Amino acid sequence: MTSPVSEQPGAAPANADVAAYAIRLGDDALILSHRLSEWTAHAPQIEEDLALANIALDLLGQARTLLAYGGAFSGRSEDDLAYLREERQFTNLQLTEIENGDFAVTMIRQLLFSCYQHELYRDLESSTDAQLAAIAAKAVKEVSYHVEHASTWVLRLGDGTELSHDRTQAALDAVWPYSHELFVDDELVRRMADSGVGPLPSVLRPAWLGAVQDVLTEATLVLPDDDWQPSGGRNGLHTEGFGYLLAEMQHLHRSHPGAQW
Amino acid sequence: MDTDQQQVAFDALIASDGRVEPRDWMPEGYRKTLIRQIAQHAHSEIIGMQPEGNWITRAPSLRRKAILLAKVQDEAGHGLYLYSAAETLGMSREEMLDLLHAGRQRYSSIFNYPTPTWADVAAIGWLVDGAAITNQVPLTRCSYGPYARAMIRICKEESFHQRQGFESQLQLSNGTPEQHAMAQDAIDRWWWPSLMMFGPPDDDSPNSAQSTAWGIKRFSNDELRQRFVDICVPQAQTLGLTLPDPDLCWNAERGHYDYGVIDWTEFQQVLKGNGPCNRQRIATRRQAHSDGAWVREAAAAYAAKKQAAGATVPVAA
Ligand SMILES: [Fe+2]
Ligand SMILES: [Fe+2]
Repeated sequence: MTSPVSEQPGAAPANADVAAYAIRLGDDALILSHRLSEWTAHAPQIEEDLALANIALDLLGQARTLLAYGGAFSGRSEDDLAYLREERQFTNLQLTEIENGDFAVTMIRQLLFSCYQHELYRDLESSTDAQLAAIAAKAVKEVSYHVEHASTWVLRLGDGTELSHDRTQAALDAVWPYSHELFVDDELVRRMADSGVGPLPSVLRPAWLGAVQDVLTEATLVLPDDDWQPSGGRNGLHTEGFGYLLAEMQHLHRSHPGAQW
Repeated sequence: MDTDQQQVAFDALIASDGRVEPRDWMPEGYRKTLIRQIAQHAHSEIIGMQPEGNWITRAPSLRRKAILLAKVQDEAGHGLYLYSAAETLGMSREEMLDLLHAGRQRYSSIFNYPTPTWADVAAIGWLVDGAAITNQVPLTRCSYGPYARAMIRICKEESFHQRQGFESQLQLSNGTPEQHAMAQDAIDRWWWPSLMMFGPPDDDSPNSAQSTAWGIKRFSNDELRQRFVDICVPQAQTLGLTLPDPDLCWNAERGHYDYGVIDWTEFQQVLKGNGPCNRQRIATRRQAHSDGAWVREAAAAYAAKKQAAGATVPVAA
């Protein structure tokens, strides 16, 4: 905790930009948490049932603080944001929503995302927004563990058996295109950078690439070409599978309008 | 020491309420009984993740989602402690899982019931974790040290789960008419199976006497079941929910609640594999295990390569 402001529960963002920015980051964490929680009772070994639930829980915790903070500007709760928005209003990156695939896809996705989140949160620790700085300072410790966990698995899978190597290379080829969207600068992040709230995503890429490349190389995996670069998540444009995710996540809450749980 | 002397030492240890440790001599029957019981307990934790895991992605608030995820994560942890405790008796986790998948080791029959509504998550927390605690608290004094110690740790978390389940059930009961009805429906379905969790009645429980003599079992099935009923009746009143047993009433003479006749035919059917979800639960477990085989093989191959190269292997996270 860096300033008294951050210790006030329910502090609201200074303006609509900061609110939208917090909601973006909250959406990323919420949706990836959802995907990871789908592994429960289906993981390759019990240690991974536990680890994936643990990472999902960390991300859900981050999502809750970020959404509560972002929503406070417009009088919306974390649940209003999670359960009552439509697909076009969700601003998460497409990388966080793509389907789990096999364990290699899940671990590659986690490596690419957690390394990004690590760079981002480290930068946000010195945000001019005290609340975001406090959230990032807490979350960065969790994310260090996520990076370590994903790196360990990518090494084992990439440099394990021939089969696991092939599956992991295929996973990397399939997931890599979605990594480009992590580093797209748009008007909102430019204003955030100007006011010292958060970094330009493009600035994070070199350090991210270095970290990711170290792991992939040691794992004997080959970096795919930077050809297809899908994006649109920040503008509410999502992959076709995303609507099903929301339908599942939201149906019970929406079936009982106004109920408390 | 010859076997007779070892048996005398073992009997004396049990008689003085001491703890048997992995390296101590123990009768083969004692070892086998414990492996069967601890493995069954471990399998129950793991299979138990399925009915509740069923609702993680659909939890109706982010707060409840976090509570449920944390609970399911705890259950995976319980499975791990218990497999480790059983391994101290000489059977590997791999072997226990193979026996589970082959239907040759059991898990608690309670997890063969489905969770069609959100209120089932609350009912499992309140009743199933509640029954588990009633069963397990005496096991913290079990004669086998590693099992007793695992139970101390696990019981703390189970009582947390039970309180959260009760609190969730209370919120539903005091909520909208639809939520209240959902809560009552779940209790109607989970009450009797929860009573069956304590096992067959005492006059039909052939292994109990030996387990009691060995200091594994401290109370009979019916004693524990009665204790559970006595705890639940006032809690149901606080919840404003009705336990589905018209014969349930206070017996001042006994100082306990009387309860109706349990349908042991249903229990036997579920044990035989004919419960609503037996096939599904095992199929899901087998599928996860076989889908994950290439991942476990990769980890083993990687560790072997690193060991051959003399490097330190990253610790399983
Ligand atoms: Fe448990
Ligand atoms: Fe539990």
